[in-house]
Amino acid sequence: MTGSIKRPKTVIGLDGAAAPGVKKADPILVIDNVTRQFGGLTAVDVDHLEIPRHAITALIGPNGAGKTTLFNLLCGFDKPNSGTWAYDGTNLAGVPSFKVARMGQVRTFQLTKALSLLTVLENMKLGAPGQRGERFWTSMLPWLWRAQESEIEAKAKELLVRFKLDAKEQDYAASLSGGQRKLLDMARALMSDPNLVMLDEPMAGVNPALTQSLLDHVLDLKERGMTVLFVEHDMHMVRHIADWVVVMAEGRVVAEGPPETVMDDPAVIDAYLGAHQDVDLGVVTGRVAGELDTSAIQLLDEIEAATEAAAEGEPERRGEEEQK
Amino acid sequence: MGSTTPMVRPRRKWQVLFIAVILAAVAVFASVFAAAGSARAEESPDGQTVTDFVVKGFITFEEKPLEGVKLSIEGNGFTGETETDAEGAWTLYVPEKAEYTLTVDESTLPDGVIVADGAEKEVAFKLTNTVRINMFLGEGERMTESFADQLLVRISNGLQFGLLLALAGIGAALIYGTTGLSNFAHGELVTWGAFVALVFTSFWSLPLWAGLIAGVIGGAALGLALDAGLWRPLRRRGLGVVQLMIVSIGLSLTLRYVIQFFIGGGTFQLEGANMAPMKFGPISLSWVDIISIIVCLVCIAAVAYFLTRTRLGKATRAISDNPQLAAASGINVDRVIRIVWVIAGMLAAVAGILWAYYRPGITWNMGTGMLLLIFSAITLGGLGTAFGALVGSLIIGLVVEVSTLFGVPSDLKYASALVVLIIILLVRPQGLLGRKERLG
Amino acid sequence: MNFLSILNDAASYLLQPTTLAFALAATGLAVHFGFTGLLNFGMAAFMALGAYGYAISIVSFGLPWWTAMLVGMLAAAVFAVVMGIPTLRLRADYLAIVTIAAAEIVRYLFLTESFTEYTAGSGGLSGYARAFIDASPLAALPSDMKIGFGPFSYTPSQLSTILFGLFMLAIAILLVWALMRSPWGRVIKGIREDEDAVRSLGKNVFAYKMQSLIIGGVIAAVGGIVWVMGSATSPGLYTTSTTFQIWTMLLLGGAATIFGPALGAVIYLVAQSFLSGLLSGMAKAGMLPFTDSQAKVLVLILLGLVLMLIVIFRPQGILGNKRELTFVK
Repeated sequence: MTGSIKRPKTVIGLDGAAAPGVKKADPILVIDNVTRQFGGLTAVDVDHLEIPRHAITALIGPNGAGKTTLFNLLCGFDKPNSGTWAYDGTNLAGVPSFKVARMGQVRTFQLTKALSLLTVLENMKLGAPGQRGERFWTSMLPWLWRAQESEIEAKAKELLVRFKLDAKEQDYAASLSGGQRKLLDMARALMSDPNLVMLDEPMAGVNPALTQSLLDHVLDLKERGMTVLFVEHDMHMVRHIADWVVVMAEGRVVAEGPPETVMDDPAVIDAYLGAHQDVDLGVVTGRVAGELDTSAIQLLDEIEAATEAAAEGEPERRGEEEQK
Repeated sequence: MGSTTPMVRPRRKWQVLFIAVILAAVAVFASVFAAAGSARAEESPDGQTVTDFVVKGFITFEEKPLEGVKLSIEGNGFTGETETDAEGAWTLYVPEKAEYTLTVDESTLPDGVIVADGAEKEVAFKLTNTVRINMFLGEGERMTESFADQLLVRISNGLQFGLLLALAGIGAALIYGTTGLSNFAHGELVTWGAFVALVFTSFWSLPLWAGLIAGVIGGAALGLALDAGLWRPLRRRGLGVVQLMIVSIGLSLTLRYVIQFFIGGGTFQLEGANMAPMKFGPISLSWVDIISIIVCLVCIAAVAYFLTRTRLGKATRAISDNPQLAAASGINVDRVIRIVWVIAGMLAAVAGILWAYYRPGITWNMGTGMLLLIFSAITLGGLGTAFGALVGSLIIGLVVEVSTLFGVPSDLKYASALVVLIIILLVRPQGLLGRKERLG
Repeated sequence: MNFLSILNDAASYLLQPTTLAFALAATGLAVHFGFTGLLNFGMAAFMALGAYGYAISIVSFGLPWWTAMLVGMLAAAVFAVVMGIPTLRLRADYLAIVTIAAAEIVRYLFLTESFTEYTAGSGGLSGYARAFIDASPLAALPSDMKIGFGPFSYTPSQLSTILFGLFMLAIAILLVWALMRSPWGRVIKGIREDEDAVRSLGKNVFAYKMQSLIIGGVIAAVGGIVWVMGSATSPGLYTTSTTFQIWTMLLLGGAATIFGPALGAVIYLVAQSFLSGLLSGMAKAGMLPFTDSQAKVLVLILLGLVLMLIVIFRPQGILGNKRELTFVK
């Protein structure tokens, strides 16, 4: 049962300080040197990233950071230009998406993919793996798959009850509201008892009334032993339920860490708020050769000051001053 | 971290190798058994080994039998020869039912006599063990052309055909680019131009120039009418692309039968269609051909200028690229699409008139057969790009004409263009000039 | 103008081999497009492969009729695989163009003089009808006997082909019904709407599309066989016009329904026969300002308009459910 009880965050065991690419004690996904280019644009360029098991990891970053592209790569919906990633030790680079799904890694989509021309119950039944009735030759002989179908139906109904969609069982999915479709997507993804659930912007387009319910369901997944990786823009959700946050910008991972500290990382704030929009962050951080102009030098000074203050133990809330 | 198992499929390579080995083994066995089945030692009067499989016939000239004509047969690793007897009869024995080539030694024929359709004939066995080939010869001339000459002729034909295909294709590509519609009625737009010209000249007896202008205006008018009466209202209604495609199929059927209603099943000619050609080396072109090529080039240049230099043309390309963005930047999308349809209608009509001179002949379904070639051309070049349509059309035109030189029977030459299309889609689905991400 | 004979002719189309054949082809197309969403514009080729596979097996190789039928069906299945491998991964409009191209290539191959030894080229192939007629239980009856009544009276050999056609149609419809209400059918309907969603649930979408292509193609091939079983086949039967007629019948009856395709075929052919007969009769009697051959063309014009109107105003056809359609926005 879900509820609004505050649940404790999972502490992620690390092999070093929280920085981009840090190794985790028990990773379910290990990503190495993945790049994806579209024409001349590099959408994704990740050196090393590990996703911890039995935890909820959030993948955040401004628009165009490459989050959804990385997501699509990991789920097999896109092929990388280079790189590999290992899921439980098996290299998944280049493996087609349906095979990835069969291995226990499922995903939902930002624009819900509830099949509106099927009923809610049929949608759910579609999610079950290994159905005898789905094979061409056996499908024509109903007595071969009837029993399994009943089992699947029972499991589907159980999940629908959990997600409070059972009343809508026989309705076409087209008649559900946006938030209900999100719930249906999530419920359907659970039919295959996955290990890793990847949610692409689960809160997008959901009305605030359903947000809490959705959050509780995600927390529930962790309780039941699954690992969750989700892409989100909604910072409240991230702060509320994420155990670990990975921040991307311009295709690279710029920060990693627990939600409380990552939010205050200056690079993260800049990536989002563009406090120094006119500054070439590439030049400032030394990635790109170039001249520092006045605002860049100003920024460098501020960062230095903040770092010194933090080292001296005074929490310098730079972010609060800069934010409107 | 832990060991990673590469998800490569080495098994498939082994499966292919295994199958190849099996096939090779089967081939070896088969040939061993075939060779082992040797014939009896019986001999015919002229020293051939008699077998059950016979190729025989008569050779006569002006109804008189020809004696002493040498024939030879070759195929499947076997050769044999014989001569005709006093009755003009000859018999050749072959070891098995296979395909052979029979050659008449024309030097053993009387002076001036040749085998009109070629001294080499294909021999293929049917259900029985005997093949009869009779040759009733006459005098005749045969012009032999070198391969290079024939190639030049074919290339010139191919380019000419490709150019007029390009006129139709560019219009179809612009329609696809701006509206996403695969216009199955485009072939009928081509026929329409020729049809209108025909009506004005032959049926209403107006001078040729009037008919040609009427044809072009007719094409523009049809394009306008279709967008105004059908496509824009349907776009407003919000019909999906697949629905529009099927509507265009219905339109294609309707238009072609309307044209058939008025001109029936016969073939008509425009004035000047049978002009005597002039020779430029091995290539023969009439004035009509030359004018047609010039017209094509002028039209294509005009379209190119329109697309790259005028505001309207750039707007067209913008819409092809990104309709929402174009609309948001203040481009009147509907107006541009209307103009695209008018231009496409005009170009198709010109193509139709030129096609009427090229074939030569106007029939109710002359454009219908061209539709698939148009689609092949624009897909080959890259869906949605006008320049791609030009390149694709030229290639298709060349393939259609030159393929006959490389062994493709002339009634299969259009099929060879379609085969090229399918191969390209296998290897490079976005076409030669298309961008990969357009695949959706 | 004999109104009664016009009506008689039209009514007879309810049970002609042509109607049964097109009902089968339309049912096959329903599997492809109605249920799976595949834009197959090459149905005529599947019919051609069935018919020629059947005819050539009997004429050139002397096989019994039921083996010949299996050959025809197998030819269609192989064609489906060959066509499917490159195209099922591509977008819908590519599939449409490639299927038309492939169908035309098949027609050219049957038309060309290069293979006349087997196909008899443009003249068409005949001489195989006896293989089935003689094997039928009705062969014992006198061959000029008429069974039935009114527009539905047939000689024993005609009746054999019609009963066979009805039987195959019943099996095909039953097969499609069983498939579409099974979990396999559920996956197919999901693919029709959104392939990526189905992929993300672990289903091999390519394999399902291929299976659908094969089964629809084989059903259409049986239709091709039924069409020419009692007479002769020729390449002119398998043009793109034939394919478009099948599409019209499918959309008329209801693209994603079980009985719609057959219903569409019946209505189309009966109406075509009636209108053709009526207008042609009226033209001959001088009641219309054009000739009777023009009248027949006029009917074809009307049918083209019918296709457009159906797609615009009632895309779900007669029996269809608008909510279940995916190609309608």
